[in-house]
Amino acid sequence: MAATTERIPHVIPRSDAYHENKLLSWLSVVDHKRIAQLYLMAGLLFFLTGGIEAFIMRLQLAHPNGHVVSAVLFNQLFTMHGTTMIFLAIMPMLIGFVNAVLPLQIGARDVAYPRLNALSFWLFLAGGLLLNSSWFLGGAPNAGWFNYVPISNPPYSPGLGVDFYDIGLQIAGIGTLMTGINFLVTLVNLRAPGMRLMRLPMFAWTVLVTMVLILFAFPPLTVTLFLQTFERLFGAQFFSVAAGGNPLLWSNMFWIFGHPEVYILILPAFGIISEVVPVFSRKPLFGYTSMVLATLAIGFLSFMVWVHHMFTLGYGPFVNSIFALTSMMIAIPTGVKVFNWLATMWGGQIRFTTSMLWAIGFLFCFVLGGMSGVMLAIAPADLQYNNSYFVVAHFHYVLIGGTLFALFAGIYYWFPKMTGRMLSERLGKWNFWLTLIGFNITFFPMHFLGLMGMPRRIYTYAPGNGFTFWNEVSTFGVFILAAGILFFLVNLVTSLQRGEKAANDPWDARSLEWSISSPAPPYNFAKIPLVRGADPFWLEKMHGNGHMLPAPGQEHHHGPPNTVHMPRPTMIPLIIAVALLILGYGFIYHALVVEIVGFMVLAVGLHRSMFTPDPGEYVPIEEEPAEEVGADG
Amino acid sequence: MANPAVTASQTGPEVVAALEPVDNAVLGLWIWLSAEAVFFASLIGTYLLMRTHTNHGLTPKQVFDLPVTLVGTLTLLASSMTFAIGYAQLRAGRLARFRSWLIVTVILGLGFLSFQAFEFTGDYKRGLTLSSSPFGSAFFTLTGFHGMHVAFGVFWLLSLLVYSFRPAFKTEGVTKAQVAGLYWHFVDVVWVVIFSVVYLLGKVG
Repeated sequence: MAATTERIPHVIPRSDAYHENKLLSWLSVVDHKRIAQLYLMAGLLFFLTGGIEAFIMRLQLAHPNGHVVSAVLFNQLFTMHGTTMIFLAIMPMLIGFVNAVLPLQIGARDVAYPRLNALSFWLFLAGGLLLNSSWFLGGAPNAGWFNYVPISNPPYSPGLGVDFYDIGLQIAGIGTLMTGINFLVTLVNLRAPGMRLMRLPMFAWTVLVTMVLILFAFPPLTVTLFLQTFERLFGAQFFSVAAGGNPLLWSNMFWIFGHPEVYILILPAFGIISEVVPVFSRKPLFGYTSMVLATLAIGFLSFMVWVHHMFTLGYGPFVNSIFALTSMMIAIPTGVKVFNWLATMWGGQIRFTTSMLWAIGFLFCFVLGGMSGVMLAIAPADLQYNNSYFVVAHFHYVLIGGTLFALFAGIYYWFPKMTGRMLSERLGKWNFWLTLIGFNITFFPMHFLGLMGMPRRIYTYAPGNGFTFWNEVSTFGVFILAAGILFFLVNLVTSLQRGEKAANDPWDARSLEWSISSPAPPYNFAKIPLVRGADPFWLEKMHGNGHMLPAPGQEHHHGPPNTVHMPRPTMIPLIIAVALLILGYGFIYHALVVEIVGFMVLAVGLHRSMFTPDPGEYVPIEEEPAEEVGADG
Repeated sequence: MANPAVTASQTGPEVVAALEPVDNAVLGLWIWLSAEAVFFASLIGTYLLMRTHTNHGLTPKQVFDLPVTLVGTLTLLASSMTFAIGYAQLRAGRLARFRSWLIVTVILGLGFLSFQAFEFTGDYKRGLTLSSSPFGSAFFTLTGFHGMHVAFGVFWLLSLLVYSFRPAFKTEGVTKAQVAGLYWHFVDVVWVVIFSVVYLLGKVG
């Protein structure tokens, strides 16, 4: 790359505009740390959107015969709540953490394809905006987040809502697939010298498996979204029974994607917990190897359980039994993980920081969600739970009590490294306790409601049904939950402005990201570090001089001295994403001119991205701040 | 940017190169192709489910014309061969010959696309359309997506041809060509499966 730069010097000054103008610098961003901030901010905004949708639904259900929203609007609300939370909030926030942390943890200066990384983000944002624009363009999708046919077929969903669902998720999904490819190559090729696979931090391992899941789970989603798009826009006959189509095709294809997706949402959360628990217990992670194997086993099994979402579709006892067994088998590696975390804490010097509190809250709530999961995996019993509030309770325990709590643990843990400031511990504890209590008051009663027979996705119920009391309790809990989230927002805003300045290693932590300054410099590592064992930074603090040794033979660019060769900012990814956005609207509205414009912009963007060499640019190395590291040298 | 995957001993800083690292672009393309394989597997699975659902209309046996399809198939397979020859020329440093073989490859790719256009128009005239039956939907979706991959491949190869006149091609041309070639051969292999599963099976099954 360096050689190329010398031959095309005239392009070098151009990127100055990308650095000086604040807006341009964000639109042309390729730095994984800033892309992470974009993911987390956009994910947070979508999370608040989805949260408001849920809040309105709970208000509607607080009393029998509620009149807050109509049945039609309620259908749109629960569809968009699920779709937004899964595709546009939780997953992007996890990918945000992956972006923020993973290259640092493996001792890399960026990801393998920085431009593709930016493209992934813009595609996610384009898909999310397109999907949410449906609110203002004739009504949001209303066939549930898994959008089953026949209800999502034209005769039963005549509006444009489902088209927005199909095309919005298609665009966002392509971005996610590219994230998968990008981080797999990063994990294989960009590990620092000495960072063997079995020395990878546990978070990196879970990311590795998650990216494999993305790689193999998203193509079926892509295909089945295409099938439905063709059915709705061009009159194809995949699902309509009258012409001999098969609605089960959608159900199967969706869940072949959908179940691995569940593990895409939880495995990185496991990784975050596996980072937080050892640091705040001052012990290495218990059973590292078994943790790796458990992660691999969960990833493998996640592709073998999809029919457990369809126990009531009539596949019969033989098929149902097989999938019931594979589903229950997942409890084994998951149990291994839970006991490993407990054993890590056992006998450790536990510090109850906010981050650690979230991790402990995760353990309780996630295990509850896991238990109801095993209950749901019992196929004959599932006929009773199916489509009831028991299912709603189950997946909120794993998605909020599991993933969201882990995300909070992660944000309190890595915020200093991402921003250079600490989040307030005092506000953090309010945030934690209110959210924990509110969450349990909101969702625990849903178990009872489900067992009492309340179906999910009904917009109201009669006073005599006996559902009133627990619904009131549940809605009451939402207010506490919302107060907890509000404390987080206050904490975020105030800490960003005047939070305590963060030290390089505020938690006395173990992995590589804590060996560099807070916030991390643009090039991450002035010298690529040499990894001499698992928990490399801890190792240097205990047995070395407290600093990472530079890996020999790594610096060989021909640029000015004391600089690092980094990728150059570019607008190409944004242009490609805009092209797909234009194309998406063109297809939804059958507007040929718009489609042609979209195709042309796409062709130009793709051509430029494939055949414009990145000359890179030289980023000066900042002076190392003279700081004593916590351990004696 | 690629740091070679190397290992270090626990105690000393001496570094031993363990594996010759695969270029980022090549590794990424292989990984992408594995996702593409799942993509086509999903489409082929859909087709296998739908191929007998003809909605009292045309059946595969009535629609497919094996000799014509065989010509298209051979055209596409030949394009893989011509690209491989061209790539070997590039590696041997003979840029002009590489360009000629690349042009031949593009022409063969366009030939395959013409075959497909010919086939599709014939089918539509006979009454097999995207909306006539689940079989028609699955057939046009599967072969259509493959055709779009070929079209994208042609676009890619043409871009590569233009790029080969730039100075930067001297340093990274081989990798760029290797990556494009991997994609092109993959699209060919998928067609071999489609030819067997759609056309041959359609004639006998």
